Amino acid sequence: MALLELRDVEARYGPVRALQGVSLAVDEGQIVAVLGANGAGKTTTLRAISGTVRRSGDIAFAGKKLGRRGPEAVAKLGVAHVPEGRGTFSELTVEENLRLGAYTRRGSSEADIRRMGVYFPWIEERLGQHAGTLSGGEQQMLALARALMSHPRLLLLDEPSLGLAPLVTREIFRIVVELNQEEGLTVLVVEQNAAIALEVASRAYVLEVGEVAVSGTSDELARDESVRKSYLGY
Amino acid sequence: MTEFFQQVVSGLALGAIYAALALALVLIHRATGVINFAQGEMAMFTTYIAWTLTTNHGWDKWLAFAATLVLAFIGGVAIQRTVIRPIERASILTIVIVTIGLVLIFNGAAGWIWTAEVRFFPSLFPNDTISVGGVAISVIDLGTIAVVLVLVALLWAFFQFTTIGLALRASALNPDASRLVGVRVGWMLAIGWGLAAMLGAVAGILTAPTTTLDPTMMQAILIYAFAAAVLGGIDSPFGAVAGGLLLGVGLNLVGNYIDFVGADLRLPVALLIILVVLLVRPAGLFGKAIARRV
Repeated sequence: MALLELRDVEARYGPVRALQGVSLAVDEGQIVAVLGANGAGKTTTLRAISGTVRRSGDIAFAGKKLGRRGPEAVAKLGVAHVPEGRGTFSELTVEENLRLGAYTRRGSSEADIRRMGVYFPWIEERLGQHAGTLSGGEQQMLALARALMSHPRLLLLDEPSLGLAPLVTREIFRIVVELNQEEGLTVLVVEQNAAIALEVASRAYVLEVGEVAVSGTSDELARDESVRKSYLGY
Repeated sequence: MTEFFQQVVSGLALGAIYAALALALVLIHRATGVINFAQGEMAMFTTYIAWTLTTNHGWDKWLAFAATLVLAFIGGVAIQRTVIRPIERASILTIVIVTIGLVLIFNGAAGWIWTAEVRFFPSLFPNDTISVGGVAISVIDLGTIAVVLVLVALLWAFFQFTTIGLALRASALNPDASRLVGVRVGWMLAIGWGLAAMLGAVAGILTAPTTTLDPTMMQAILIYAFAAAVLGGIDSPFGAVAGGLLLGVGLNLVGNYIDFVGADLRLPVALLIILVVLLVRPAGLFGKAIARRV
């Protein structure tokens, strides 16, 4: 059974329907990518899962229907969402951001902060620094680390490459793959950069105006001519 | 010089009260962008509760003080959940008008329950003086300053070192991101109201012995607290405390050494300070200026 399953999910912002019946599934231990042009509904798909937008249709996570659960309750179930714009608290320190990431867990977060130091070696030296003074790449890594502090069963990653230099983007995806291989972390990643997303994901969905247009394994999609033309540019 | 020193200390005592109420205003404003105009009347109402516990039920003063703080916290949480929460998505103007409605409700309720009769409220401290380097200082003033400073230090530690305190700060800074990490922001706002009501209760209980206890006792204090909060920066807790102390000492000295101001013109001076700060430095002494696109 899939860890996450969406069936005919619709979502709207006021009168505007952003998703018109999206169905997708993510198995435990997989990295799955959602691709598509601007405004195709990629971000909204993640927001529908985490409950930050009003949605209808069925979303099941680990066998539980999400129903009308809001973001706080979805987070508690073990879904960590790194939103567009990262959602770090720039006025708080790196350590406080990490402690907030562990908010749904009881007990001390010190062991987990040390664990983050394994993946992001710079973090331990800069715990007292305000998050707002970090570089864009560091903020994205902090957002990722904060999400991992909760020991999520599913990580929702919204355009981690946005505004970052190619090398930094590579580094972030390298860490995501490492987490997936070492800790079996399940990831649903939304990405504008289809090439890198297809490289790390085992499966992908291509959204067009709020619907799934194509889906398949990453290899299939990378070979698919229409996908190649529209999203890979060769 | 002796008199000057005494005036400074009694100014600090007044300022500590302004600081407590200003801090209450800042807590709610930081979290929701709303000024709670009912903060003063809520403080007055809780002071009556303390008075009832000591005078009518014979409770120990400090026990009644502690019990009132707990009740104030619960009351603040309850008001947020029942009155403010249903309109939390409404415009700021709507919420402000509801808080003005709360002013009338608390004022009316206090008059109805306890009548408008002026009551005597005993101080937590003996009406005594101690000599510091030859200067006689009122114990009540020193006690007032101490209570507020201890409370502010406890609050600071709570916000800085506890997980709930961290979640409260996060909710005020970025509610959406807070929800995503599992913080129940709605409850954090309610806790903010509870803490603000508690600070108000402290201000009321410390004010009542120096004035008298009646349903209008906190109205002028609320204006001074506004002035203190605006002076320090409406979003800066540190600024609220510093602004309160500065204002207390400043007004006391101005009232005593500038003849035409005296006791009567202190309130207009406070209003003048609000006006000047808003015109010259809207972010206050310790606030961060926010640039807005027009």
